[in-house]
Amino acid sequence: MTAAILEIHGLRVENLAGNVLVDNANITLLPGEVLGLIGESGAGKSTIGLAAMGYARGGCKITAGRVVIDGVTIQDLTAEGRAQFRGRRIAYVAQSAAASFNPAHCIMDQICEMPVHHGVRTRAEAEAWAIEMFRTLELPNPETFGARYPHQVSGGQLQRAMAIMAISARPDIVVFDEPTTALDVTTQIEVLVLIKTLIRDYKIAALYITHDLAVVAQIADRIMVLRHGKLVETDSTARILHAPQQQYTKDLVEDRQSSDVFQERSLKSGREVILDASHVSAHYGDFQVLKDVSITVAKGETVAIVGESGSGKTSLARVMVGLTRPTSGSITFLGQALAGELKQRSREDLRKMQLIYQQPDVALNPRQTVGEIIGRPISLYFNRSKQAVRARTLELLAQVGLPADYIDRKSTALSGGQKQRICIARALAAEPSLIICDEPTSALDQLVADEILKLLQKLQDDLGLSYLVITHDLGIVRRIAHRTTVLLSGQVVASGPTGDIFKPPFHPYTEKLLQSVPELRESWLDEVTAKRAK
Amino acid sequence: MLRLIITRVFLGCLTLLVVTLLIFVATEILPGDVASAVLGQGATPDTLAAFRIELGLDRPAYVRYLEWLTNALQGDLGVAMTNKRDVIETLTPRLSNTLFLAGYAAAIAVPMAIVLGVLSAINEGKFIDRAANVLTLGAISVPEFFIAYILILVFATNLGWFPSLSTVYADMGLWDKIYVVALPAVTLTLLVMAHMLRMTRASVLAIMSQPYIEMAFLKGLPRRRVILRHALPNAAAPIISVVALNLAYLIVGVVVIEVVFVYPGVGQYMVDGVTKRDLPVIQACALVFGGAFVLLNTLADVLAILVNPRLRHPR
Repeated sequence: MTAAILEIHGLRVENLAGNVLVDNANITLLPGEVLGLIGESGAGKSTIGLAAMGYARGGCKITAGRVVIDGVTIQDLTAEGRAQFRGRRIAYVAQSAAASFNPAHCIMDQICEMPVHHGVRTRAEAEAWAIEMFRTLELPNPETFGARYPHQVSGGQLQRAMAIMAISARPDIVVFDEPTTALDVTTQIEVLVLIKTLIRDYKIAALYITHDLAVVAQIADRIMVLRHGKLVETDSTARILHAPQQQYTKDLVEDRQSSDVFQERSLKSGREVILDASHVSAHYGDFQVLKDVSITVAKGETVAIVGESGSGKTSLARVMVGLTRPTSGSITFLGQALAGELKQRSREDLRKMQLIYQQPDVALNPRQTVGEIIGRPISLYFNRSKQAVRARTLELLAQVGLPADYIDRKSTALSGGQKQRICIARALAAEPSLIICDEPTSALDQLVADEILKLLQKLQDDLGLSYLVITHDLGIVRRIAHRTTVLLSGQVVASGPTGDIFKPPFHPYTEKLLQSVPELRESWLDEVTAKRAK
Repeated sequence: MLRLIITRVFLGCLTLLVVTLLIFVATEILPGDVASAVLGQGATPDTLAAFRIELGLDRPAYVRYLEWLTNALQGDLGVAMTNKRDVIETLTPRLSNTLFLAGYAAAIAVPMAIVLGVLSAINEGKFIDRAANVLTLGAISVPEFFIAYILILVFATNLGWFPSLSTVYADMGLWDKIYVVALPAVTLTLLVMAHMLRMTRASVLAIMSQPYIEMAFLKGLPRRRVILRHALPNAAAPIISVVALNLAYLIVGVVVIEVVFVYPGVGQYMVDGVTKRDLPVIQACALVFGGAFVLLNTLADVLAILVNPRLRHPR
């Protein structure tokens, strides 16, 4: 039996307030093995990843347990001793390459820093190696790529550069902390392939941290499921996917599978169009973000706008609510022409169209109570008495599934999913006809997101609401949208009933998007790469 | 980027123009009258009027402003009303004295503030951080003349290491000058240190919570290198602007210090001008101060543009 390269025994991490972030974590990693750490936010997976490097974020402390790398207990070392391990024996790939590269130095300087500092390579050797890697990973202009600054290259390119940086000092172990979460699906697949290749070619052992079961299934040999800082179960990838033991794991797997399945939804009555945007174009300065976009939403219907970052989907939402003025085209809402400027819209226009934001954390005023937040649109639009507002607020809280005593709480004390429910209640308070949902679940954990989607559907059935859902997540589209419009660089490339969009013949871009969504099969990534290679 | 810099410089010039206007208006509404100040209580209304005509004070204000402005642009700041000496001639040696004192203080204060600021950031919450904090905050919390007199009391009167009066002559040697001006320079240093130190510390610490700093630690770099190479370059812009502001203060804010140490600088010249209601002198001094302020701040803006990698290396 080979000796483990990384062992973690009884690890416990606490923050300064004494809350336990990770409790009794045990990990054994063999050379060349990939262990996937999966769980919701707050499950402690990143904390474990960092602790494996003998590092705890500001305000946190490793209070018990041992981290042993290649027979050496990291905690016994001095700060300098630990620094010698970091980067050299165990390296780190962070979630956001854009935030993890220093804006003040060019990429080459940052890649070469580690091997030179640890004495693995000379500067000249490191540069030659890096250029070779740029070429292997098909980065543009490999000779000069390193001279560029982080803000001058795209997110996907930067993420690849960070992977190169991580292995520049030939580490034995790499901690990948959600390395593809910040990327678009089509970019994610490229980076996934690259990571898989690097792990295989350089025989690197890895801790792969993610919240997406389908992603980790492509890469990991074993998967460890975590929740609230505690181990739920750990097993081989195949067994976690096909024969999970614990209920929580079963829920995760089931929920992830359901997003792969298309659920046909049809309108009960005929299509009564309430929002009709035709030939809308918009510019930011000289840059055209929307090119001749037409879209309709009917009563009781959910229309999804799908696209990658930069496709113009958020700009479209901004045009609808009047935050961005269209340069041409017209919008008809409930039978009336809608002014392009927010200031020219009537209060009734504003009331009938509400917005739910991507990040509930920042969409709620932290100084107001839940009652004030939800009550404000009621008193603004309907001019009711204090008691009536309070009664209506309680009614809305019940409608979004929150207990009545939340009315006097501040939103800061609530969880992400609860905050999003408040945002929904606030939108409902205006009694709108249409709610525009801008990535309503992308900031939430998988199971919580699922509940929010169910709530949105229930409210639609009860109240006959229409939704315009802006999203990059095809899983959401498949589950809730009646109709779908696919945007690519500001243009509509496909539009129609969701069932048709997800059935051949596809537009090539739609097909690429569909293929790029990770599926819950271990062989998915290899199949897609094989298909693309053809 | 060039366009940005040109805009900054243009705005600087514009500010300077506004400054000249403000100076002129301010001296216009200054209470008192040079004629009665010079001729004294016994002057008759007739002699006062005649003297005003001789000084050109009878003409409308805007004519005098334009005349003053065009002359100033040609390097002629007029003649002192009281002693008829050319203002530029009197001002130049005094300005060089003021700049010498400011430069002296800056040479001590700026490197010390930045080094101590970075050290405080490295040792956040430890002894050196607290000590630097308490001492510099203490120093700016007392009036400047108070520090000046304390220093005189201790180092001039009691210990006798330095002279209490900083009298300098044109033909004095550099080392003598440095020795004589030591006390006012130290006073000024104490006055401007705190602001720069705390800004350096705060900027560096703000950067320390960035993900790329965590990355640098996870690359196995020692704390020193992380701060000097990864944090400091990104903290440069706010540090530059606060340094410029304090350099400007060193030139502009020396008035009281110069008076306390009887140092022949622009500040003392201006105070003399004000007591004698000598308009050209006041205007000239104000212009020098305003100019220094605008120049240093424009310089800081340009430098801040130059150190920003996004502007230096556009897409």
